[in-house]
Amino acid sequence: MNNIFVYCEVEEGVVADVSLELLTKGRSLANELQCQLEAVIIGSNLKDVENQVIPYGVDVAHIVEDPRLAPYTTSPHAAVLIKLFQEEKPQIALMGATPIGRDLGPRVSSALHSGLTADCTSLEIGDHEDKKAGKVYKNLLYQIRPAFGGNIIAWIINPDCRPQMATVREGVMKKEILNVKYPGKVNRLEVSKYVSDTEFAVQVIERHLEKRKINIKGASIVVSGGYGVGSKENFKLLYDLAAVLGAEVGASRAAVDAGFTDHERQIGQTGITVRPKLYIACGISGQVQHRAGMEESAQIISINTDPDAPINSLADYVITGDLSEIIPKMIKYYKQNTK
Amino acid sequence: MKGLRIIVLAKQVPDTRNVGKDAMKADGTVNRAVLPAIFNPEDLNALELALRVKDEIPGTTVTILTMGPGRAAEIIREGLYRGADGGVLLTDRAFAGSDTLATSYALSQAIKEMGDFDLIVAGRQAIDGDTAQVGPQVAEKMGLFQVTYVEAVLKVEKSSITVRRRLDNGVETVKAPLPLLLTVNSSAPDCRSRNAKLLMKYKHARTVTERQEATEDYLYLYDSRPFLNIHEMTVVEIKSEPDQLGLAGSPTKVKRIENVILQAKDAKRLTAADKGINDLMKELIDSHVIG
Repeated sequence: MNNIFVYCEVEEGVVADVSLELLTKGRSLANELQCQLEAVIIGSNLKDVENQVIPYGVDVAHIVEDPRLAPYTTSPHAAVLIKLFQEEKPQIALMGATPIGRDLGPRVSSALHSGLTADCTSLEIGDHEDKKAGKVYKNLLYQIRPAFGGNIIAWIINPDCRPQMATVREGVMKKEILNVKYPGKVNRLEVSKYVSDTEFAVQVIERHLEKRKINIKGASIVVSGGYGVGSKENFKLLYDLAAVLGAEVGASRAAVDAGFTDHERQIGQTGITVRPKLYIACGISGQVQHRAGMEESAQIISINTDPDAPINSLADYVITGDLSEIIPKMIKYYKQNTK
Repeated sequence: MKGLRIIVLAKQVPDTRNVGKDAMKADGTVNRAVLPAIFNPEDLNALELALRVKDEIPGTTVTILTMGPGRAAEIIREGLYRGADGGVLLTDRAFAGSDTLATSYALSQAIKEMGDFDLIVAGRQAIDGDTAQVGPQVAEKMGLFQVTYVEAVLKVEKSSITVRRRLDNGVETVKAPLPLLLTVNSSAPDCRSRNAKLLMKYKHARTVTERQEATEDYLYLYDSRPFLNIHEMTVVEIKSEPDQLGLAGSPTKVKRIENVILQAKDAKRLTAADKGINDLMKELIDSHVIG
């Protein structure tokens, strides 16, 4: 009762990184709240899956296994969480802001009438005083996210409803093994007690999964373009620079929306979070949602015609000028200096 | 095959690319009155998906349901110009301050008043919140199955539908029973543009409130042309628990908001001049950041 639950996604027997990141965050929140951390894993072929999660400091791993539970469909997974949460009454429930988490989370929160905050960039514990009602709430989950076009940061709370639910994008939290011999328990649940046969009415007939072709998250250098790049043509300059430096190409949402490059390259709150050694921001103004996805980069170069672009305040190097002039020079001098 | 009765959930959203200083009210909610308002982009994809089913299966009807202030009737007219058959504007002060859950509750109670349906289609998410929650939450409240991130309808049968979903890492073909709720991705086809004949037909479509405020002399039209009546639904027309509506019905509260203020780092400043860029590249190579 009153513990922290993390819904863990599994694809072909492997627990997703985002789930392990949330377990790491969940462990630190559990320490602060002096409660337990529990994982929920739902799928098929889950032999020994607990060994993937318990080292992150999981006290109880709830496992529900049935051939019909993979590939994921909404209703059976939702049914497990809804009933389990009704029984266990967690105070906090976290899941990845992935296609699955964003499909499942609202369904569960709707059934339980608990609040859900999407795409949090930070989670903290704190108190809240409701002056109107004269009530003080202790140890609430602050669900922190940029809102409204990135013009504000909002602290969202759920004072009265439980669990306090939040989704977080992959890469926002760091994953860290706590102890390979952590003494966590396994609780295997009987699928028939949680899911009725009628819940399996939606059938996945065919799946074509591609390994992500682009690995921006793992790149040590990212060359990223914004709306200020101006055109798809100009974006080619970024690819040229990336090819020379061994970098990946990223983009802001504005650049993706303008059709300069693919959605898969979007960096920011509703895209990928990166922490490269070097982030080269080209024609990016630096809305807070974009910054949420790159501000932990070790070094940042901003190339912008506007000397006062908001992103410049994050940058270690600010180059003011036209990127169609600057990028070819960067390529030229890189080549000269590495010969 | 019998036509389907389709409800499209749509939202008029502030264009978050054009946000001014006075966009936020003191209580942390959005002051929509001062912002330009548009048809939420993925809801247009949802409308197009519904209209394609209508093209395919004669007798299909497409009704838009939107919740919002009076001026949200604009997006219902936009929908009518593109091929929708009718629209419902759910509007009442009682809904003000709703979070996604209170919104889903109000919408689902309104849907229950709209009669039988086979399919509910919504955009995946709205650009003012990016939460992607309202579709699944409505499905749950209606006791419906849901299929999210749909980009195409492949096949409609008597009691089921087959669709293609677009995920981050691939595609899925899914068959699901009707009635059903779908959410639609921006990877689905763009919505068709306004049709000139429909524009002529529906340009005077108004809600009852708009008619009362109208100064134009078209009022005689509404008795003889019932399709010009946009159904305005208020809280009294739906069955609802007051504590499930608006701020009171919203489990999530905004504790505080902060404007984004940046602390400037001590950055090195350069221009496009050759020497500066040459020195920069040397410095990055020497410190093993690149190379």
